Amino acid sequence: MRVDYEYALRVLPVLLRGAVTTFQATIGGMALALVLGLVFVVLLRSKNVLISYPTRAVLEFVRGTPLLIQLFFLFYVLPEWGIRLEALGTGIFALGLHYSTYIAEVYRAGIESVPRGQWEASTALSFSKLDTWRRIVLPQAVITVLPMLGNYLVAMFKETPLLATITVIEMLGAGLSAAASSYRYFEVFTLIGLIFLAMSLPAGALVRKFEAINKRYA
Amino acid sequence: MTQWIPRLLDGLAMTAQATIASFALAVLVSFVVGLGSRMRTLRPFFRIYVEVFRGTSALVQIFYFFYVLPLVGVQLSPLVAGVSALGLNFGAYGSEIVRGAMEAVPRGQYEASVALSMPRWLAIRRVILPQAVRTMIPPFGNILVDLMKTTALLSMISVGDLAFVGKQVLQSEGSAVMAYLPVMVLYFAFAVLLGRGTHRIEQLVGRGWSEATT
Repeated sequence: MRVDYEYALRVLPVLLRGAVTTFQATIGGMALALVLGLVFVVLLRSKNVLISYPTRAVLEFVRGTPLLIQLFFLFYVLPEWGIRLEALGTGIFALGLHYSTYIAEVYRAGIESVPRGQWEASTALSFSKLDTWRRIVLPQAVITVLPMLGNYLVAMFKETPLLATITVIEMLGAGLSAAASSYRYFEVFTLIGLIFLAMSLPAGALVRKFEAINKRYA
Repeated sequence: MTQWIPRLLDGLAMTAQATIASFALAVLVSFVVGLGSRMRTLRPFFRIYVEVFRGTSALVQIFYFFYVLPLVGVQLSPLVAGVSALGLNFGAYGSEIVRGAMEAVPRGQYEASVALSMPRWLAIRRVILPQAVRTMIPPFGNILVDLMKTTALLSMISVGDLAFVGKQVLQSEGSAVMAYLPVMVLYFAFAVLLGRGTHRIEQLVGRGWSEATT
């Protein structure tokens, strides 16, 4: 097999244009996951078991089924229910929903990592509930949570190629349609792999740096 | 709908087969790479392998194995290509688990083996690994469940697994709820089963073992 470097150079801009969509999906999905995760963790911590138990069941179900199936389900079901979203919107929704179930657990772990004494001290100093959260609990929880969120961000980034299966022209989708006519799968897929590496290696290093900082303050 | 039940069960069987095969490969690779990384000459190669497979997307790797390998003369069936890609992908994560668990065994255990003049590999086999394996079981359990869910990607290279059958139901019945609800329930049941199973194994190997004995 001969590697066609000229073709590789020609297809690179196509892939990079796809990468823009990949970014949009990652950022959109993560933003949604961060918000939905917050909703879930509030419901999960509810003292009313009629709220917390069903929430737990939903989280377990979403986590126990493949993202690909959820993606297909939403892609075909939402129009049946009269909700029209473009493919990228559906993809972002699926990514956000799927990852929010993991991120809810991250939030929970973060909140629980703040020692009881901190809550008690806030009560003793008669902090209001809002101030306790804002000034005592959250600043400490955020520090433990950040590297975990970073890990999920990188994981989600690597799962965005799944959106190609519901016609989103992200990096993989762009590559597949280019390779279908040129049949130069080697060049296309190798470039996609390299672009992924170029993104996820520095991101991973950054997350590890955060973790190291955390250890120092732990 | 009932006429689809045998097809769904076939799909489930294929998902189970792909899960077992790729998990076996992943565990094998994890130990080879995790233990091999202790040898200085091999370490850089294993490092590159781990970074490449962890740094790129599983779906891209599956397509790579399916579309690119035939171009260099390696013809694999879709199932074998997919299982290889998944096994190597999860093996990269697993090797870090093995490495971490080996490092978590207290230094004194290594030193005691040296003091008893055990050869290095004997010490690893008889002293270090049996202790490390206990800490590996919960993370490998997570990998197993994750891997099972990721086998759904194999439907994209025409492996007839549960996800593939779901697509067929959709195409002939035209209803996404009818097609994917049973599929999701089956995946979920399988995930719960695997979770329970690994929990049971954890309990079994954890018997007679407490923090005090380490």
